[in-house]
Amino acid sequence: MTTATLSRWDRFRESFLWYSFKRDKVAIASFIVLLSMVLAAIFAPLLAPADPYDLAQINIMNSELPPVGLDGSDPAFPLGTDAQGRDLLSTILYGTRVSLLIGFGAVVLQAALGILFGLLAGYLGGRVDSILMRIADVQLSFSTLMVAIIVGAVFKASFGNLMFGEVAIYMLIFIIGVAEWPQIARTVRASVLAEKKKEYVDAAKVMGFRTRRIMFRHILPNTLSPIFVIATVQIANAIISEAALSFLGLGMPETQPSLGSLIKSGFDYIQSGSWWITLIPGLVLVVLVLVINLLGDWLRDVMNPRLYKG
Amino acid sequence: MLAFLVQRISQAVLVMFVISVIAFAIQDGLGDPLQQMVGMSVSQDEREAIREEMGLNDPLVVQYVRFAGNALQGDLGISYFYGKPTMDVILEHLPATLELVIGASLIIIVFSVPIGVFAAIRPQAWLSKFFMGVSTVGISIPVFLTAIVLIQIFSIGITVDWFPQDLGWGQWLNAALSTEGGLPSYGRGDDLTPLFGTWESGFFSQGGLLHLILPSVSLASIMLPLFIRLIRAEMMEVLQSDYIRYARAKGLSSSRVYFLHALKNTMLPVITVGGVQIGIMVAYTILTETVFQWPGVGLMFLEAITRSDIPLIVAYLMVVGLIFVITNTVVDLIYGLVNPTVKLTGKKA
Amino acid sequence: MPLLEVKDLEARFAVRGGDLTALRGVSFSLDKGERLGLVGESGAGKSVAAFSILNLIARPGYIAAGQILFEGKDLAAMSERELRKIRGNRIAMIFQDPMMTLNPVLTIGTQMVEALKAHRRISTRAARDIALNKLRKVQIPSPDKRLDQYPHELSGGMRQRVIIAIALLLDPEIIIADEPTTALDVTIQAEIMALLLELCEQDNVALMLITHDLGVVSQVTQRMLVMYSGRIIEQGPTREIINDAQHPYTQGLINALPQMGEPGERLFQIPGSMPSLKNVPTGCPFHPRCSFATDECKRRMPEYVRSGNVDVACYEVSNLIEQEKRMQEVES
Repeated sequence: MTTATLSRWDRFRESFLWYSFKRDKVAIASFIVLLSMVLAAIFAPLLAPADPYDLAQINIMNSELPPVGLDGSDPAFPLGTDAQGRDLLSTILYGTRVSLLIGFGAVVLQAALGILFGLLAGYLGGRVDSILMRIADVQLSFSTLMVAIIVGAVFKASFGNLMFGEVAIYMLIFIIGVAEWPQIARTVRASVLAEKKKEYVDAAKVMGFRTRRIMFRHILPNTLSPIFVIATVQIANAIISEAALSFLGLGMPETQPSLGSLIKSGFDYIQSGSWWITLIPGLVLVVLVLVINLLGDWLRDVMNPRLYKG
Repeated sequence: MLAFLVQRISQAVLVMFVISVIAFAIQDGLGDPLQQMVGMSVSQDEREAIREEMGLNDPLVVQYVRFAGNALQGDLGISYFYGKPTMDVILEHLPATLELVIGASLIIIVFSVPIGVFAAIRPQAWLSKFFMGVSTVGISIPVFLTAIVLIQIFSIGITVDWFPQDLGWGQWLNAALSTEGGLPSYGRGDDLTPLFGTWESGFFSQGGLLHLILPSVSLASIMLPLFIRLIRAEMMEVLQSDYIRYARAKGLSSSRVYFLHALKNTMLPVITVGGVQIGIMVAYTILTETVFQWPGVGLMFLEAITRSDIPLIVAYLMVVGLIFVITNTVVDLIYGLVNPTVKLTGKKA
Repeated sequence: MPLLEVKDLEARFAVRGGDLTALRGVSFSLDKGERLGLVGESGAGKSVAAFSILNLIARPGYIAAGQILFEGKDLAAMSERELRKIRGNRIAMIFQDPMMTLNPVLTIGTQMVEALKAHRRISTRAARDIALNKLRKVQIPSPDKRLDQYPHELSGGMRQRVIIAIALLLDPEIIIADEPTTALDVTIQAEIMALLLELCEQDNVALMLITHDLGVVSQVTQRMLVMYSGRIIEQGPTREIINDAQHPYTQGLINALPQMGEPGERLFQIPGSMPSLKNVPTGCPFHPRCSFATDECKRRMPEYVRSGNVDVACYEVSNLIEQEKRMQEVES
């Protein structure tokens, strides 16, 4: 008797995930918006009308031009220009790129750390568990943003402005990743504790598998689904955290700005009426975070079987 | 009850110890008191002698003990920039931040409970959906951005002229959507009322209150949607439980069922989360104070970073750490008192 | 006139993709002081029937049709305000799990006093006295201490006694008990059931007992009705049904009880399981599992026929009765 094996694509198409995605208009809309933003960011060098960080291309005579539709605008600069004459559309494209890069990078790092420590704490238990969870608790009670600010402050003070600027991207990924690992670690640990009691773990032990193998090859795959939900929301949080740090001056420098630093530099000009320099990057940031949060909400509802809507 | 207290307090002390070690490490690693005290022309030997005298060459443990001992007495060093004891600097700036936090907390408490409860009882009402939608958007907007938008709308003012000005309804819409601004957005103003010590309050004068509005609303803006969502979610889950159905089966009035039976159970987890959020609030004050140039400890900290004023940074960390630890312990205690199923011997029932 | 009369009750659940019918054509009555048992497997609809009397079916359930006449007034058509006057006051309910039923953050005293104050204008003091009285009636030791305790401080059996006390607070006409002993230890079940029985007899309170335990039903109730897939398939005096069940399903239920007499014998099981709300078969819902099923059974739901004092909905039974009648006519 032969059983037809469905290809991965077919299995996906028939899965509940796809079914509920198709029916949820908000999820579809969010996904489309997110995809467009990500693609725009990736292809920024191709899409941007000008390279805003090439000093040769900037003309101070173009400074503070409003976006198209208002008096005094210039169609060459559809979203207006900032105080140095840089095209806002270009700076936003590049800025989104930086923000997304840091967002994803930080989440990858915190997921790696979180999964590792969560597995260790949950599986090994005892003192390892106590110590790790204490650290996690303290970090969480301080709020991860505070931890990020403190670590950022320390780094800035020790490295000095210039050097900090050069490695800022990696620093930020590191800072945010280290600040946010507790959340994922806690979730993984909870899953591990639940899985530990199940029989397949005893079976593996009896067969003599090494601890490491049991942890990673057997238990880990079963703990992954809640991580996906958290990871999505954490990308949004990481982007906001980076924006906050940049706004405080502890993040990306002016020469390689993220959306956060664009908002910061634009803020100085709001009183003089050039609101677009700060508010348009702000709007882009909000939309980006919003669609990620909406997708995260949808993902959480899909993964939680208990939930009835209304 | 006593065992519970002892356990919580000893935990608090332990965390405080760890914080002090980290703070000391930062000070030892980054700070160089000599650089501030003596000029460039002093010779290397003389520097060494001064270092010896100040005890900077003693083993780390000894230096730490000295640090901790001083800290317990309230001496956290002298600020490089201000030239006076860091504790004084902090105490001067603290009232401003406290008032900001009080203002924001009031807004949160007053609005989140009614809205959250309403959205839980009538989830299908358009008003509920509106609030939930606004909340979802609200948590996606970082606090400093809300602040900037509020400044634009209420301080600078916006003029809307999308609608045709020559038509009656156009004119009306334009006028309705435009704002003149005018709310202060910089600092606390001069209209402050001295209370005691270094505390000058903004709550008792019109100028002070006006200056408080935008910053408090900004600070509340990120936590309000969070609490609304939380209260709504908890309340909806509570409303599904058997004891609520039983309460209705006894013929109790709706208001009693909702506001006593349901609400009391809802608020328990909200208290726990609320406690944690206080920590996040401290981080957000730094952001808010930066936008409004509000002269509180958050702005002070940021300026200290820019100026590499290590003693002030370290002092701020210690004070903030202490505040965190105290508030978390107090929240734990309150939860233990309010929830009857928590046996106050320290273990949960 | 019966105290409670349920006529053609139909209850549904509103879910995506169409409503599911949980109760269909349910009719029964309850006289003053009478003890009626509602029996059936999980999912048969007995709890839904019990909750629908006070219109407390959990969302998305609702009453679609039928009447529930209490002292002549239709409860199904009443407004919430009027219904509230009856709930807990004239008709009281006892739920299944006392730990889930009592609010964990309120004292026993609060939960008892509020029930009294919701229906009468009395002082807290007077209410406490009545509460103490009832607690003594359900044989709870040191009742005054209990009033200030929280639910988690009492044992399971004591909690259920408190629930019974609360049910009796306003001297109701009817107590609806939904599986009152299922969540308790086996050793306590008998005690609680005996207590409930005694109290109902004493004050002449009508009891509607929902349970899956035939043993309890046979000891406590005077009349019983058997539910299957949202319908009553057999209804009548308990004694008669237990001794000589007519409907194949009821017979199966009784045969499934382990007999003490024959060690080593296989336990009897009705093959198959009760259909879910989404897959209700046409005609008689039991026919897929019934050894007597005919084509007629698949087509239409049988009407009730009377056999002795019992009403049964089964073609096999009605055919047998027809046969008997014809044989009697032939003989005479």
